[in-house]
Parts: sequence; C-alpha cells; structure tokens
Amino acid sequence: MKELSPAARARYFRRQLVDRLMGGLCVLAAGIGLVLLGLILWMLFSNGIGGLSLSVFTNSMAQPGAAGGLANAIVGSIIQVGLGAMIGAPLGMMVGVYLSEVGKDSRFASVVRFVNDILLSAPSVLIGLFVYQIAVSPLGGFSGFAGALALALIAMPIVARTTEDILRLVPQAYRDGAVALGSRENEVVRKVVLPAAFGGILTGVLLAVARIAGETAPLLFTSLGNTNWSTDLTQPMASLPIAIYRYAGSPYPEWVALAWTGAMLITVGVLSLNILSRFSHAAISGKQGG
Amino acid sequence: MTTPAVPDETIGARRLHFGDTAFRISLLAAGALVVIVLFSILVIMFNGGKLAFDTFGLGFITGTEWNPVTQIYGALPAITGTIVTAALALLIAWPIGFGIAFFLTEICPDRLRAPLGVAIELLAAVPSIVYGMWGFFVLAPFMSEYVQPWLTQTFIWIPPIGDSFFWFTAPPIGVGLLTASLILAVMILPFIAATTRDVLRSSPQLLKDGAYAMGATRWEALTGAVIPAVRGSLFGAVFLGLGRALGETMAVVFVIGNATRMPDSIMAPSATIASVVANSFPEAEPGTLDLAVLLALGFILFVVSFGVLAIARVFLRQERMS
Repeated sequence: MKELSPAARARYFRRQLVDRLMGGLCVLAAGIGLVLLGLILWMLFSNGIGGLSLSVFTNSMAQPGAAGGLANAIVGSIIQVGLGAMIGAPLGMMVGVYLSEVGKDSRFASVVRFVNDILLSAPSVLIGLFVYQIAVSPLGGFSGFAGALALALIAMPIVARTTEDILRLVPQAYRDGAVALGSRENEVVRKVVLPAAFGGILTGVLLAVARIAGETAPLLFTSLGNTNWSTDLTQPMASLPIAIYRYAGSPYPEWVALAWTGAMLITVGVLSLNILSRFSHAAISGKQGG
Repeated sequence: MTTPAVPDETIGARRLHFGDTAFRISLLAAGALVVIVLFSILVIMFNGGKLAFDTFGLGFITGTEWNPVTQIYGALPAITGTIVTAALALLIAWPIGFGIAFFLTEICPDRLRAPLGVAIELLAAVPSIVYGMWGFFVLAPFMSEYVQPWLTQTFIWIPPIGDSFFWFTAPPIGVGLLTASLILAVMILPFIAATTRDVLRSSPQLLKDGAYAMGATRWEALTGAVIPAVRGSLFGAVFLGLGRALGETMAVVFVIGNATRMPDSIMAPSATIASVVANSFPEAEPGTLDLAVLLALGFILFVVSFGVLAIARVFLRQERMS
C-alpha cells in the first residue's frame, strides 16, 4: 500500500467504494423482495383470518346478509383443478418423455420444445378465450368441463418441461443397462427411466397443480362461476379464484371479507403445494442417493 | 465390407414390435399436440376476430375511439396501456430483480441462500388475483393518499414535465397506469430475479476466479467477466419478464381503472389488451362484433407475446448450448 501513488490509491478506493455501494444496493434489493413477500402475506392474514369460520367451508355462496360461505367454490376448484391435472399431467409427461427419450435433438423435437416453452408463458387469458371458442361457444354453454380443459392446457407445458428436465438427469447407464438386459424401448422408459425420475416428475405435477389452482382469467371464459352448489361438469361451476374476483369488487363488506378469506386460503394452499413439492423432491432423491 | 451377421427377421421383428411402435406413435402424437394447440390458438383467434379486422381494417390498431354503443372499436388505447404498463414495470423490476440475483449468487451468506431463494420463488407462486386484491385494497389507497399528490406537487412547477410529456398531473384516484405498473413490477420481480440468478449461477466459476485473480472486486468481476459471458441469457430473462407483464390480466383488472380511452396522464385510468378482454367479455354475445373485437385483440396479444417469448427463448437457449 505504501508504494501506491496517490492516483492509484484514489482509484483503489473508488473501486472499493463502487463495489460496496453496488453490493449495498443489491442487499437493499433483496430486502425489498423480502419486505414485499412479508407485506403481502401479512395483509392476507390480517384481513383473511377474521372471516375464517366453519361456515366458510360448509355453506355455499349467498346473498349479502345471509350467512354465506365458499363451500361450492372450494369444491368447484378442487373438481376443475383435479380434472385439469388428470388431463394435463399425463399429456405433459408424454411430451416430456418424447423430448427426452425419443425426439432428443431431432428437428421436430426442437420445434416441440420451442413451442412448449412459448405455451409455458403464454398469457393465460388467451387460453381461456381459446377454450371458449372451441368448447363453450360450440357446445352451447359455460361448463366445469371447459374450465378443466383450460386448466389442463396450462398444466401440460409445465409438466412437459419439468419431466424433460428431470429425465435428462437420469444417468445414461440406466438406459444402457436395461437395453443390455434385452429390454425394449418402451420397457426401458416405463420400468427404468420413469421410476428413477419419479420424485422429480411428481414435483413438476405438484407445481403445475399449484399454478392452475390460482388461475382466474381462463375460468372467466370457460366455467364462468356459479353462486349455487353444483358438481355437474356440463353446467357453469364455481371456483375459488372467480369467487374472490366477484366478491372483492362488490360493495358489501361481508363479501369483501369472504374474498380476503378466500384469497388467504388459496395462497396458503398454493404456497403449501410449492413447499411440499420441494420436500417430495428432496425426500425421494435423498432416498435414492442413500 | 461384409454386412453384420444379424438375421434379417430379427431386425424386422424389433422394428415392428407392437409395444414399441404404439409407444413411439403415442409420444409423437403428444409432441404434435403441443404444436397443434399453438397453431389452433392462432387460427381460432384470427378467424374469430376476422369480423373486426374486416370492419375496421388497419384502423382497428390505430383507432383511438372505443365505443360499444356506436360499435366503433379502436385498439390503440388498450395497446398503449399494455406497452406503457409493461415497459414501466420492467423498468422498475429489472434493476431490483438483478440486484436480488447478484445478492443471491455472490453476497448472500451460504446459510441464507437456500431460504432466500425459496422466498423469492414463493413470491412468484402467489396467484395473480391475490396481487390484484392487494393492489386494489392496499396499494391504490396508498397511491391516492400519498404518492400521487406528492408526484403532482413535485412535478407541476416544471411546466413541460408537469403538464404534458411525462403527464404527472391527474386526479389522485389511486387506480391507473402507474399503480398497474407497480403491481406488475411486483409480480414480475421474482421471475426476473429467479431467472437472472440461474443465469449468473450457470456462468463458469473459472471466469470469476480469473477476474478475482487479477484483483477485481466482486462488482468488477460481475460487470467485466460474468455479464459479458452471459449477456444473451440476461436479455432472455428480461424478455421472459416482459412476456409475463404483457399478458397479465387479473392483477391489472383490479388496479388500472378500466378506461378505454387514450391516457392523458401516467396516473390516469387506462386499460390493457388483457384487461379489456377480461372486462368486456361478459357483455359480448357470440356472433357479434363485440366478441370478434375481443378475439382480434387476443390475436394481437398472442402474436406480440409469441414474438417476445420467442426472443426470450432464443437468447436463453443460445447460452445453454455454448
């Protein structure tokens, strides 16, 4: 240090200063992120926990003044999300297997991969409009099935992407071993590759479920929402996000309170699924590693 | 050259094996389905919106009047709202998202790295309707009470800014372009942070080691060695966030004020393509011009998102290959 000229010393301090300053700004940015998450969760709980009672889970939506709940919306959401995942997840897995095991670097597989990545982030409102045109307008009305279809189209690319990513992590030696033992291509995939990647695929499915459970815009165009109890897939069906949307914009305080409670429930559900998916991945990979 | 001594029928038997053939065909069909879905969306939107394109021609995109009563539809207000909110959101979210990413890869103590990473990803998982409610009940009142009066007072004495170009004057009603941009910024922040973090993390350690060995500070290693190496992917992350901001619906519907006229202020109520589609849909009967207009808007949004996301993917893939 002693031998540094004044100019060099000044430069040294300036560089250190810039480094500290930018580092400090980055710490600040991370702080902003954390504060935002905290603010959102705190607002949700402070506004939502008060409205939480048994009637939320046992009563259907009702007129202001009557003791209404969200039971029909919760059940409607479970039906549509469940059905959507049951349609979308297997299709997504097949796409993922195709990309990783069959198509690999072929030109068509590259196209599928590219298109899948686009669909993955395509505006969900357009998926809703699309399903409205193919499954609501021609079939004569809004239906729970159309809602499930829209959610399936959103889930499919998510599962496809995670499945491909996970299958690529399965060591090539597994496949070679299975082939050496005389397995056919479909046996290699079904009996060796897929079981080895089970935890990762499950994680992808859980993440897809978490994503579609909170989707609102596509359901506006497909299952529409329903204030009554209905489990009929051919009729308009209630869902938690739509109920929140309708109630939050209403002038009645008890409806707004229910919207907060619904928002809290859905956020807790979605975040739990996210955390659960991490644990399932860690637990299963851990077991295999040991 | 002699051919390998494998009986022909064995090869034939393998090739025609029913299980493998069915397996391949079904997987190929699933892959094709993805492509078919994308093209169907384009075709169905365009066909459904044809009536609007035929009626208004190019004026549909450049028209500034949106009036369901007189059946005159110009999409420019919605397009303007979409571009302004998305651009502003990106401008706010990108520096913060980048800061978070740099913090997570270089500054953060090891013990905190995993939990903070999870926190950012949880922020990304919160459903957009929750952001919308939060914006409507928390952010909008805060904006109308404190931020908007302050902005108006601060900028009004600079005539060119206060009055015209930057449009900082408006009645402080809370909802509008600025509030929608802020909510969008909060929403895309975790995406940008997570993608940028993955990009920074994927850069070779050798690059950083080399920079440190030459006496670089952390910031100099980042700007001098890491960023030039992963510049493309960083662009990709930004475009990914932009794609998300362009198409976001529920959060925007709550806080933008849903006014389909040209905004005269950064705080004025406005609309985006996605919010117009969601908002006007209940009044649009099948077969009418009203619905065709929404489908045409959907087509425009889809084409724009497709472009933005395609750019994002090309940038992100490019680096992954190298």
